[in-house]
Amino acid sequence: MKLTLKIWRQDGPTAKGRFETYEMPAVVPDMSFLEMIDVLNERLIAEEAEPIAFDHDCREGICGSCSMMINGIPHGPERGTATCQLHMRKFKDGQHITVEPWRARSFPIIKDLAVDRSPLDRIIEAGGYISAPTGAARDANEILIPKEAADAAMDAAACIGCGACVAACPNGAAQLFTAAKYSHLSLLPQGQPERWTRAIGMVDEMERWFGSCTNFGECETACPKEISIDFIALLNRDYIKAQFKNRRLSGQKS
Amino acid sequence: MSKVDNAQRYVGAPRPAPAKKDGPFFVMFWRSAVGKKWIMAVTGIMLIGFVFAHMLGNLKIFLSASSIDHYAEWLRTIGYPILPETGVLWILRAGLLGAVLLHIWAAASLTRMNRSARPNGYKSPREYVAADFAARTMRWTGIIVMLFIIFHLLDLTWGQTGVEEFKTGDVYNNIVNSFKRVPVAIAYIIANIAIAFHLYHGAWSMFQSLGINSPRFNPWRRGFSIGVASIIAIGNISIPLLVVTGVVK
Ligand code: HEM
Ligand code: SF4
Ligand code: FES
Repeated sequence: MKLTLKIWRQDGPTAKGRFETYEMPAVVPDMSFLEMIDVLNERLIAEEAEPIAFDHDCREGICGSCSMMINGIPHGPERGTATCQLHMRKFKDGQHITVEPWRARSFPIIKDLAVDRSPLDRIIEAGGYISAPTGAARDANEILIPKEAADAAMDAAACIGCGACVAACPNGAAQLFTAAKYSHLSLLPQGQPERWTRAIGMVDEMERWFGSCTNFGECETACPKEISIDFIALLNRDYIKAQFKNRRLSGQKS
Repeated sequence: MSKVDNAQRYVGAPRPAPAKKDGPFFVMFWRSAVGKKWIMAVTGIMLIGFVFAHMLGNLKIFLSASSIDHYAEWLRTIGYPILPETGVLWILRAGLLGAVLLHIWAAASLTRMNRSARPNGYKSPREYVAADFAARTMRWTGIIVMLFIIFHLLDLTWGQTGVEEFKTGDVYNNIVNSFKRVPVAIAYIIANIAIAFHLYHGAWSMFQSLGINSPRFNPWRRGFSIGVASIIAIGNISIPLLVVTGVVK
């Protein structure tokens, strides 16, 4: 396959970036998108040029590192697919492909296509956990969980924290990520004790970094794990409920 | 070959906005974006209720002149004599004004928040998959509606737009004399198309904002928003359309 790539190059966080065009004369259709960039990078290194910086790790769609905007869609045109799982056979011979980093105030560009997504970790720290004293493993069926709840929690837990939802959102909102990370705990019995402090903690932290959701639904279509915006409704409802549920214990002074 | 600039080292994530300060419950609620969206949805429902009732009342113009004039008179006297005349009308007006102000205030504040979430936008064209025209133009249709509300009050409440023989209370003639002016009729029609787009997204989106979500009823939400938007648009547009075409005189 012959392809023309237009890739965003930026030397550092404050440098002025630019698009650079690369001709790819012999792309194998079975390559993944990242493997194609590997081939390009090997060529750049051989030419003693600076290779393109991009994040990647697992290359099997589970780590959430491989962030890039491909022809205006996070992770490219294939639904439910992370960039590392996107194969070049999905593109047409002779096609022009434009690649850009995620753009959001809280995802500053480190270099080229690599951005810093650590603000998502700040949201997790604000409530995306359960406090469980460790000890011997408990019996697997000791806590009964309805199948439906387990399934829904599992769907939410599929989030790999890639940030495509933020990248896709015209408002730069992180509502889908936060809703997924909120729901997979709050749908299960183990997540109940901290449910209401979790809702307030995660939403308040999210709003310090990201935009506000106007229900475009763009995140859901970009998400490589196809997380549903139904979880956003759950997060919204629980945040409002939490305003009333976080009562102080009787007899305690404010 | 591009040079690596060692001064160009990455120094760490940006700073977040300051944490919310503690305050009274309602202030805290308002300070959160999720809270503001909840208020937008609640005030949106109030406004939909108003626009719908307003439309039903106006459709009386097709029954007879005395019918709509009598309805306008009734609005002034609901609850009378236990309440002062126009008492209920003023309560409704205050509620509406409050709802509109909260709705617009929240919209403006959230818009500012969203702009600052991506100060440096994409440099290549975006390909939107789900965000439809109605959703992407909420701020514009909202502004059109707001300007229209001001014009509409000047026109038919205060008679400041040069309506022939304007007389407060003479509702039928005021409407006919206003809408037979072609540019005015077009303005009313455009404004109602804007409301229809606003509600196509709004009457769907409010369920998400309120957290009303159940797999059993989710497929109905889009139908509901299409229904609300088209009933309001068709009902309201029929009046200027039939007046300007001379069917209603
Ligand atoms: C007066 C000027 C108005 C402005 C500036 C305005 C602006 C907006 C904006 C910016 C949104 C948020 C859009 C989003 O989150 O996607 C919104 C939502 C909404 N608006 Fe308005 N609007 C106005 C009037 C109205 C009126 C008259 C109605 C009812 C007939 C209405 C009903 C709604 C509803 C139901 C929502 C959805 C709330 C939600 O998503 O939770 N709006 N409006
Ligand atoms: S919700 Fe989807 S798009 Fe967002 S971070 Fe998680 S996996 Fe990525
Ligand atoms: S590299 Fe891990 S998800 Fe793509």
